Amino acid sequence: MAALLETRAVTKRFGGLTAVKALTLRVERGALYGLIGPNGAGKTTVFNLLTGVYDATEGEMLFEGARIDGRKPYEITRLGIARTFQNIRLFPDLSVLENVMTARHLRSRQTLADAILGTPRHHEEEREIRARSMALLEIFDLQHTAGETATSLPYGSQRRLEIARALATEPRLLLLDEPAAGMNPQEARDLMRVIRRLRDEFALTVLLVEHNMKVVMGVCDTVHVIDYGETIAIGPPADIQRNPKVIEAYLGGA
Amino acid sequence: MRVTTKILATAATVGVLLGLNYLFEYGFGDFRINAYYARILNLIGINVILAVSLNLINGLAGQFSIGHAGFMAVGGYSATFVTVYYGRAIAGLLGSSLDDATGAAVVMTISLLTGAAAAALAGLAVGIPSLRLRGDYLAIVTLGFSEIIRVIILNIPAVGGATGFTAAIPITNFFWIFAVAILTIVIVRNIAASTFGRVLATIRGDEIAAEAMGISTTRYKVLAFVISAALAGVAGGLSGQLFANPLNPQNLNFVRSIEIIVMIVIGGIGSISGAVFGATALTILPEALRRLDQQFPGLRMVTYALLLILTMIFRPQGLFGRREVSWAWLRRRGQDRPAAAIK
Repeated sequence: MAALLETRAVTKRFGGLTAVKALTLRVERGALYGLIGPNGAGKTTVFNLLTGVYDATEGEMLFEGARIDGRKPYEITRLGIARTFQNIRLFPDLSVLENVMTARHLRSRQTLADAILGTPRHHEEEREIRARSMALLEIFDLQHTAGETATSLPYGSQRRLEIARALATEPRLLLLDEPAAGMNPQEARDLMRVIRRLRDEFALTVLLVEHNMKVVMGVCDTVHVIDYGETIAIGPPADIQRNPKVIEAYLGGA
Repeated sequence: MRVTTKILATAATVGVLLGLNYLFEYGFGDFRINAYYARILNLIGINVILAVSLNLINGLAGQFSIGHAGFMAVGGYSATFVTVYYGRAIAGLLGSSLDDATGAAVVMTISLLTGAAAAALAGLAVGIPSLRLRGDYLAIVTLGFSEIIRVIILNIPAVGGATGFTAAIPITNFFWIFAVAILTIVIVRNIAASTFGRVLATIRGDEIAAEAMGISTTRYKVLAFVISAALAGVAGGLSGQLFANPLNPQNLNFVRSIEIIVMIVIGGIGSISGAVFGATALTILPEALRRLDQQFPGLRMVTYALLLILTMIFRPQGLFGRREVSWAWLRRRGQDRPAAAIK
């Protein structure tokens, strides 16, 4: 069976700068795949390529065996890839609950006429959207803040809310861009538990970019290290920690 | 609401409007409504349609369009054109005439639907290429569009050119204006309270995140733009066929667009209640200030401007902010602040 996500020699150049060079990765179903690398290594660019924000200069990207390169971001989300953002992007003037509810729109079946006329289908679906969104908030222990403005939440809660919102699109692959950034050690430990739970309960595959080594090593089963856009190592966390090239990339050459 | 409740509510609204309309036209006993007040009331209705529809695109979707007068012109001239050139024929087909209530009602419906369709098409034509632009750029494109429309109309003799569409037949009345105003409020409110309203909020909030939620931002921006344009077109059709108020390109320039924007900004951008309030207040205010002009000539528009400036200084978010007046809101206020209620 094909991998859930596969990229073949994907390259992204911005003018003379090669941000991602011939990236080839395979993320199997149910994997917790970590993408790490020093600052400026091209991790977020990889995310933006996978989600259609940028177009790849070269190479192919496949999701469930079908090409996704050249697709628009909203099409990719519809196919089943959801993401969070490194610099949190919540909808500022909506409540916590409404933020999650927005993500249910793509699975919505009501037409504009249903909404304008207030048909039974509209009311039924609005109730369902609300209930499902509330259930997601509960998973992330955010149900008590449902009515608050999203951007008034503490940083760690905002990150969890972004994950809840991404899950509301019913993805099969979840891309987390530095989910532990700005979290204290306790919050980071809780996050690791939630990520594992998501994989087990939602049959989700997770690809995450992270700086926090404790989180990466603690949660991922495969770690992929890039530096200056190039892959320098792929393997289980224990091997990666001993890999001399990785150590050099992070600590600098002797 | 159950279907029967909805039908009853609609029937009751239509009944009340028809009753008021009768009062407007024939009075009650010796009572006659002052024509000047009647005119202001009708203008309030038209401005409510314009403000609430503009609120859909400028308030809910967060796109800055200043071409509303252009859509009003496209719809208004198309609607009036239908009545002037085909109205009598359509009424004749029914064995009726434009002086007859049934004939006028049928012609009015057809004329307004034509106006809505023409304005919607214009909205689509402007929206598809220009809604990829943001902020100032979109404002400039919509402004340019409305000026182009105005110049085109100036050069069509069949619709009166620079003298205005004086051939218009005044078949608009209180009933039509307020029926459409209520319909506009219901449409925009129901969109705002649905999953589509949340889609517009995501576009307003963060387009990159909206796309990551699987929302085609361009598609929904165009959709909001088209609905907004269609409603403005209907407002144009109503206003062009109002007694002694023919459409004139001079009154449909960008100052008119700005006026509508000021209404929603003062009311509270994004709030439907605010748009209704802003439209009402800014229609009445210049008229109410006429008395001031009688005593202190020239002070009218100065005071008007001053009041707008003061509102923006003390309530930059508009009088209503993003809040809506609803039964739930009124009840909450009543409970939260018993002191205020007593006072």
